[in-house]
Amino acid sequence: MIERGHHDMGGLPAGKVERSEHDYVEWERRVDALMVLLSGIRGQKRMTVDELRKNVEAIGPDAYEQMSYYERWVTSITQTMIQRGVITTEELGRKMQEVQNRERDGAA
Amino acid sequence: MVQPSFKPGDRVAVRKAWPLGHIRTPHYIRGQVGSIERLCGSFPVPEELAQQRSGLPAQPLYRVRFLQREVWPDYRGGADDALEVEIFQHWLEPA
Repeated sequence: MIERGHHDMGGLPAGKVERSEHDYVEWERRVDALMVLLSGIRGQKRMTVDELRKNVEAIGPDAYEQMSYYERWVTSITQTMIQRGVITTEELGRKMQEVQNRERDGAA
Repeated sequence: MVQPSFKPGDRVAVRKAWPLGHIRTPHYIRGQVGSIERLCGSFPVPEELAQQRSGLPAQPLYRVRFLQREVWPDYRGGADDALEVEIFQHWLEPA
């Protein structure tokens, strides 16, 4: 069975290369910083860049296309933390609910 | 550490394999034949590091040079234009 991974798109037709610089929004900077810290620049190493890539590549093709660069990163980091047992899915689900409630109550 | 088995100038073929997991060897270069440009050093294997393992013993990593016109059948640039890809030794075979 020969199968090209969706992310492995080198050589396929594509649009123009966007050459202009762009700034990052605050949450994107935070995701980048999170990855630096989890990589063990200081303190315990919690994941490798190879795990980051593996879990980015595991995102389904449709979701991969819809997500921005750092959305893929934060999805992958979260998946890796679950795989390594740093967090549980239950903790994650509860925290996401808490944040959603906070947003809703804050907006009301 | 795995000892380097190729030297600059050696002709090599990239293995035609499509295993599951995290693979650093690009799809488009598998099955192509090129020549060793240089040894970059030896590094833990990313395919293993991606699965929470050590990646040891370290594998030699090479920069391999391919001719653009051989990689892309419809390439219209110069006949000597080359493409260089960094590939681990376990993905290469003598050609």
